[in-house]
Amino acid sequence: MSAVKGHGFDMGIIKVRDLIFEYIRRDEEGNVEGITTAVDNVNLDINQGDFVAILGHNGSGKSTLAKHLNAILYPTEGTVWVDGKDTQKDEYLWDIRQTAGMVFQNPDNQIIGQIVEEDTGFGPENMGVPTKEIWERVEESLKAVGMYEFRHHSPNKLSGGQKQRVSIAGVIAMHPKCIILDEPTAMLDPKGRKEVIRAVRALNDVERITVILITHYMEEVIYADKVFVMDKGAVTLQGTPREVFSEVERLKELRLDVPQVTLLAHALRQEGFPMPKGILTKEEFREALDDCVKELF
Amino acid sequence: MPIILDKVSHIYGQDTNTPVKALNNINLVIPDGQFIGIIGHTGSGKSTLVQHLNGLMKATAGNIYFNGEDIDDDDFDKKKLRSKVGLVFQYPEHQLFETDVFTDVCFGPKNLGLSKTEVELRAYEALKLVGLDDEYFYQSPFDLSGGQKRRVAIAGVLAMKPQVLVLDEPTAGLDPKGRDEILEQISKLKKETGITVILVSHSMDDVARYVERIIVMNRGCVVYDDAPREVFRYYRELEEIGLAAPQVTYMMKDLQEHGYDVSDNVTTIDEAKDEIMRYFTRLAAAKKGNG
Repeated sequence: MSAVKGHGFDMGIIKVRDLIFEYIRRDEEGNVEGITTAVDNVNLDINQGDFVAILGHNGSGKSTLAKHLNAILYPTEGTVWVDGKDTQKDEYLWDIRQTAGMVFQNPDNQIIGQIVEEDTGFGPENMGVPTKEIWERVEESLKAVGMYEFRHHSPNKLSGGQKQRVSIAGVIAMHPKCIILDEPTAMLDPKGRKEVIRAVRALNDVERITVILITHYMEEVIYADKVFVMDKGAVTLQGTPREVFSEVERLKELRLDVPQVTLLAHALRQEGFPMPKGILTKEEFREALDDCVKELF
Repeated sequence: MPIILDKVSHIYGQDTNTPVKALNNINLVIPDGQFIGIIGHTGSGKSTLVQHLNGLMKATAGNIYFNGEDIDDDDFDKKKLRSKVGLVFQYPEHQLFETDVFTDVCFGPKNLGLSKTEVELRAYEALKLVGLDDEYFYQSPFDLSGGQKRRVAIAGVLAMKPQVLVLDEPTAGLDPKGRDEILEQISKLKKETGITVILVSHSMDDVARYVERIIVMNRGCVVYDDAPREVFRYYRELEEIGLAAPQVTYMMKDLQEHGYDVSDNVTTIDEAKDEIMRYFTRLAAAKKGNG
């Protein structure tokens, strides 16, 4: 089967091949100071329905990579296909933006409507969706993120987590196959973070929308199917959350961290406890500790 | 120079038909040299509260005393207060504007009317305090990484030689190492200079690790004001107001509920590790006793 996969017939929702992105730094007078390679030879294959997380320190190239996935930026070298369409071909631009929607960090920069439902309808309206269908889409999108009861509210009066869920609803009203979230929880309080992550997971589980989540919060990553870790523009580690979070020391070198559960298990292992690597939840931790008791006593 | 808040309230839009009570009868004493965390969900009044501490906002009721003087007295020198209580806003790097790092940090003390030598000395000291290497001093602040920019912005406030440093979400948007570096630096700075530090944060893990006192805000009121482990005992109540305890506290509770004889009064990884090791030591001793 893998031979068929590699053949290009079934290329998945996102395929990135040998992507390089360079930008030219200029001083105040516009003279060229140098060239920075922000994305350095990245290859990615993401299948429809996957939940993928991208980790990396500030300046590692995560956001630059993400901006290639809905044609905000174009490759200097290499190719990006979104749902089989090359992002460098102008004729696909609107298809691509509709297939892969993007949510950014600051909820206040993304909401334009005076009323929640009006904001959510903005995308489909611009796409020329018939009015009746716009309303249907607005309703289902707001229900999907748990914001339907706020449809007549002004976005200004919502909390950060609620605003961010309205932003997500605005994207899913465009019926994307894929949604890219660039640090959607960075400015939120614990409850807001939880609300947003819960909504994102539901979209993935129930609607089978492909999710690409960029984050600095390790706890948000444990539900992902696959994690990519970036450093200096390249993918330096990849695997399931368990595989990636087994590399505690390596992640620390990369200016990252692991969930607190994983860290405590790691600390105990260093004290000689027979703890397995890559523990991700408190239940797993407790079971591992049960095993320690059995083994030691 | 302690700060005392006596029955302080703040109402937004007091004369309109939709007044919002952002602070409701706050009583607080902030003595010299404490490391304090303020937590609360978005809109709970944290930022409004800290903006009262340096007179940026005026209480609509109640009094604020700085070093025994009422800051709203007509003859009180507010300009001096602002240099004594330094406020670092959220995303302070957005406020950098000069052509190089050093000049940017000089901006504050220069406006205090100090001599050029004194200004430069202060800027140098401040940049050293935030741990920025000399090589960056004459670079454009816009070429630095997110964490570095934020340190330059904090240095800009430190150069005013404040006695109280207030930081509103200093780690938002930084990677985990960047978060640790900033907090370590602040903690070190506090030890070296002995100034009061007030940290507004959404990260319970960070607050648990660094501060000695937590003030919890909800709907404009102070609901808890105590040492971290005392405050995080009320994890259920905290959840009801949109907050949480650190993740390790929940892990220890889970162990306890499943028959482990461990304390759940634990807020950091190190404390949790020690508590679990003590439990195993007790098991070993018991086994030895039986055998």
